[in-house]
Amino acid sequence: MTPSARTRRAGSRVPPLALLLPALLGLAFLVLPLVGLLVRAPWSALPEQLASPEVWEALRLSLISATAATAVSMVLGVPLAWLLARTEMPGRRLIRALVTLPLVLPPVVGGVALLLVLGRNGIVGRWLDSAFGLTLPFTTAGVVVAEAFVAMPFLVISVEGALRAADPRYEEAAATLGASRLTAFRRVTLPLVAPGIGAGAVLAWARALGEFGATITFAGNFPGRTQTMPLAVYLAMESEPEAAIALSLVLLAVSITVLAALRGRWTGS
Amino acid sequence: MTSARRRVLAATAAATAAIALAACGSSGTTAAPAGSSGAPAVSGTVTVFAAASLKGSFTELGKKFEAAYPGTKVTFNFGGSSTLAQSIVGGAPADVFAAASPATMKTVTDAKAATGDPAVFVRNTLEIAVPKGNPKHIAGLKDLTGVKTALCAKEVPCGAAADKALDAAGVKLTPVTLEQDVKGALTKVELGEVDASLVYRTDVKADAAKIDGVEFPEAASAVNDYPIAALARAGNADGAAAFVGYIRSADARKLLAEAGFQTP
Repeated sequence: MTPSARTRRAGSRVPPLALLLPALLGLAFLVLPLVGLLVRAPWSALPEQLASPEVWEALRLSLISATAATAVSMVLGVPLAWLLARTEMPGRRLIRALVTLPLVLPPVVGGVALLLVLGRNGIVGRWLDSAFGLTLPFTTAGVVVAEAFVAMPFLVISVEGALRAADPRYEEAAATLGASRLTAFRRVTLPLVAPGIGAGAVLAWARALGEFGATITFAGNFPGRTQTMPLAVYLAMESEPEAAIALSLVLLAVSITVLAALRGRWTGS
Repeated sequence: MTSARRRVLAATAAATAAIALAACGSSGTTAAPAGSSGAPAVSGTVTVFAAASLKGSFTELGKKFEAAYPGTKVTFNFGGSSTLAQSIVGGAPADVFAAASPATMKTVTDAKAATGDPAVFVRNTLEIAVPKGNPKHIAGLKDLTGVKTALCAKEVPCGAAADKALDAAGVKLTPVTLEQDVKGALTKVELGEVDASLVYRTDVKADAAKIDGVEFPEAASAVNDYPIAALARAGNADGAAAFVGYIRSADARKLLAEAGFQTP
């Protein structure tokens, strides 16, 4: 193919085969496993599989704890993102690296770390226990903590990106008009980066919903209290693959619905 | 252990294994190839999928097997029996499967993935694992109702056994967590996150430096049989047969008994 032919093709908006082929393969690679789930699903036995109260307990717990983890992430993560994007402080690069560490850390390592710090014998956990009689492992609050640990970096990263893209001159203008830094943040910055916060929250929520490793390590597994859907799926796979497929379908349906509904609203795509 | 002593042990192991294999061959109870009664023509890698609770003893037995059959190499995949069974049925490349319960072995035999009938080679019973010194003074299953307890989930063998023992004792228990395998339940005691957990006797024994064990009479009604089988799709069928034969030998039985297993 001559260069001029290649240009013509690009001009006629037909994607070149060298791009189209890997793109389609990539799409198939990501989508086929989900199709496999649908093909192998025990459709006739599905109503019976899903009728058990354990399924709904796990789903309810998953939705509640993922939402709570997202809320925690927003309350703590947005200010953290602001700190990283808008202030000059020593060691900011290191802090950013540490903040994003849970993104690449195996979740089970996060669970071990949380257990050693917040467990009954942990550095902080021992004090929480003796001072307030509060123990986090094996409680729903523990699930939220584990999920927030792995989900918050997603929110921080997308909010920080939005803050860097937003023009700081609006905040400066607000400051010259007499607004305090906090007022400027609340009235100017927050509305400016709202779509970024929304996108980050959706990402964090989706990550929290799928969390497995940190949850089972830190919060354990007990139906109705700490057994979220991913844990239920894993344990069902031990004895009843059919049930595991049914549970996976529910989780898949919930994730797709929420992502589709929220994406259009928050990210405009 | 000194190296001289280890060498003697290895030699003994080789001798016993050879005798055991010869005995098996003559009675025709295993799939040992006919040519193996003299110098066994076993070589290559033997891949063994084994229950997590066998990790300590099988690691040691694997080394002894390699010494007894020069040219062989044993690689292990330890994990929850149910998970291992699922992956064997799913086509995982394994030569031997040693499960912690007949139910998990049945998954494999039902899928026609094993050769011959699986043989029970050890039994394991439950004990209550408690932190060193038994701070909560736990003396039996009834004492578990008032403390934080970790059990295995009923989907895995140790959980099924725990259910049986608690039923036999008439104890209704609300554990704080249902762990995915016995090691998970044990670790939570070790870290002090729970006051007690129901684990295998062998786990207590292997971890005796960090935890104490409390025996209870109802354990007798929840004995777990461990079956072993050579697999139908084994890439190394001779190696698989030899390994199964070795695990059932008197030498291996002695080591397993020392680890706390009951041998049939």
